[in-house]
Amino acid sequence: MSLVVKNITKCFSDFAALNDVSFQAEPGEFLALLGPSGSGKTTLLRLLAGLDQPDTGSVEFDGADYLKLSARDRRIGMVFQSYALFRHMTVAQNIAFGLNVRPAKERPSKAEIAATVQRLLKLIQLEDLGKRYPSQLSGGQRQRVALARALAISPRMLLLDEPFGALDALVRKDLRRWLRKIHDETGVTTIFVTHDQEEALDLADRVVVLKDGQIEQIGKPLELYRHPQSAFVFEFLGTSNEVPATVSDGVASFDGFTAPAVSPKALSGAQTVRFRPFDAQLSPTGPGFEAKVLSLLPAGSSLRLELQTPDGKVFETQHAHESEASDLKLGDTVFVRPSKVYVF
Amino acid sequence: MTTDATRDAGAPPFVTEGYKPPKATHKARVLPGFRLSLGITITYLSLIVLIPLAALLARPWEHGLDGVWQAISDPRVVASLRLTFGTAFAAAVVNLFAGLVVAWVLTRYEFPGKSLLDALVDLPFALPTAVAGVSLCSMYAANGWIGSLFAPLGIKIAYTPLGIFVALIFVGLPFIVRSVQPVLAEFDAEVEEAAQTLGASPMQTAIRVILPSLLPALLTGFSLAFARAVGEYGSVIFIAGNMPFVSEITPLLIVIKLEEFDYAGAAAVAVAMLALSFLSLLVINGIQLLLSKRGRA
Repeated sequence: MSLVVKNITKCFSDFAALNDVSFQAEPGEFLALLGPSGSGKTTLLRLLAGLDQPDTGSVEFDGADYLKLSARDRRIGMVFQSYALFRHMTVAQNIAFGLNVRPAKERPSKAEIAATVQRLLKLIQLEDLGKRYPSQLSGGQRQRVALARALAISPRMLLLDEPFGALDALVRKDLRRWLRKIHDETGVTTIFVTHDQEEALDLADRVVVLKDGQIEQIGKPLELYRHPQSAFVFEFLGTSNEVPATVSDGVASFDGFTAPAVSPKALSGAQTVRFRPFDAQLSPTGPGFEAKVLSLLPAGSSLRLELQTPDGKVFETQHAHESEASDLKLGDTVFVRPSKVYVF
Repeated sequence: MTTDATRDAGAPPFVTEGYKPPKATHKARVLPGFRLSLGITITYLSLIVLIPLAALLARPWEHGLDGVWQAISDPRVVASLRLTFGTAFAAAVVNLFAGLVVAWVLTRYEFPGKSLLDALVDLPFALPTAVAGVSLCSMYAANGWIGSLFAPLGIKIAYTPLGIFVALIFVGLPFIVRSVQPVLAEFDAEVEEAAQTLGASPMQTAIRVILPSLLPALLTGFSLAFARAVGEYGSVIFIAGNMPFVSEITPLLIVIKLEEFDYAGAAAVAVAMLALSFLSLLVINGIQLLLSKRGRA
């Protein structure tokens, strides 16, 4: 086990930013800290980097107590949200900084440093831009320089705070693939913070979902998606439709029809159940919830429908382009029948 | 990743074909009245700065080039110029360091009485210079509070060039502090933290990361403090003792020449001072330009 975080609590004046947080990371793992703003994910990252101290709890790395080490002794590569590049230094000087500030005994020779910088410039595909200043680079390029600078110190762990937050959608997707590739090549344990569930599920080996300073669930992306442990995780990972139902023995009963119910606990009786847009079937006659078509929009590879029931509730459903849904028009009446529901 | 680079370099991608940007013949401005405001600016600068300086440049030539050269190369004048620019430079250098420390303390730490201390920095701005001169003089005289501490060591402060130096430090301090303070306050904390995570010691962070980004502001403060010190009159003449060849500053010499009705001579010395000041500012601005080319394009 490379990183072991146990029972971390951190308060800012009277507000608990982190409350009894524990998790572990395997060597070489790519971990995402996912949560809405204010969930404590950046605070957690700063504690790991040594930029803040927790009130209670422990952080161990390869058996060593990290809380006893200062930020400069932890040798953790951190990529900040604002990139935090040194603007009076060139790209090459930025990357070399972590090596140049080492005490004379541990410092690599000038030639070795230059070679490392070249190797990293190549890795981030900015070989020709070593002499530029950060202000002469685009956002995506700065991001990559910040990453190279963090990698230059051969970090024991890489921490990234909202690494793609300030970039536009196309660059973001490119960089995401590229970051995953770099991670797989270097094999360094990486933890990144994000509020974007798509990013977390797409990139990470495992995702830690945070809410109000507490861990809601830890799991592989598919696991989170298939077996969410709470309504919060279910709703945070995608669109959710809510309906009342009577649940017993893994079956949710509605007015005249039933659907299989997935639940982390054994629940029964009257419950609020939730279903995903793509776990819904439409039919012209029922059984199902009667609803009028409110909007009909293409959403990438599928068709997205908004449907309103007579009592004002709005469902969002998703269907293949080549399905009965594509024949519908605005104002048509259809019957929605969830094929699978989740109960918490 | 090549897509990223090409996107940066290429033309804006979402412009429909055949689209031409509107011609910039009449550029819309946020505030109207460009001609009026430029006219006011030029008239004002001419009246306040340009015409008096031109008059000064025209004044000293009644005895010809020789007369001007004689007035300037007078050993007493040369000594005063050396003293004026030398002490101004030395005081600005001292303030560069002291002002940086004061600005650092005022932005980086919280302590009781901080706002009072902050207000105190502006006092040399606000105090009539003659008042400052008189009080400095009484403090640093051989029988004054501070002067009496140095007198047994054989160091005389008041009525020597050292006194001038002290007075110029006093008037120059606020310029450096007030130039550096806002830049230091806006320094991105994440940049400092980045240096820390990369293994830099607090000292390395201060010298390699924070100081270089303060350099342009320090230089601005330095040039302001230096310029002010070169022209300082009121606070200096009380503490200087005004001994010719020893502690006589150039502005005083100009006043002396005027009192002797030697207008051409006074103007000649003034022109020499103007030229030296201009040269100094030119050098400082040149350095600043070099700095600004580095990285903040």
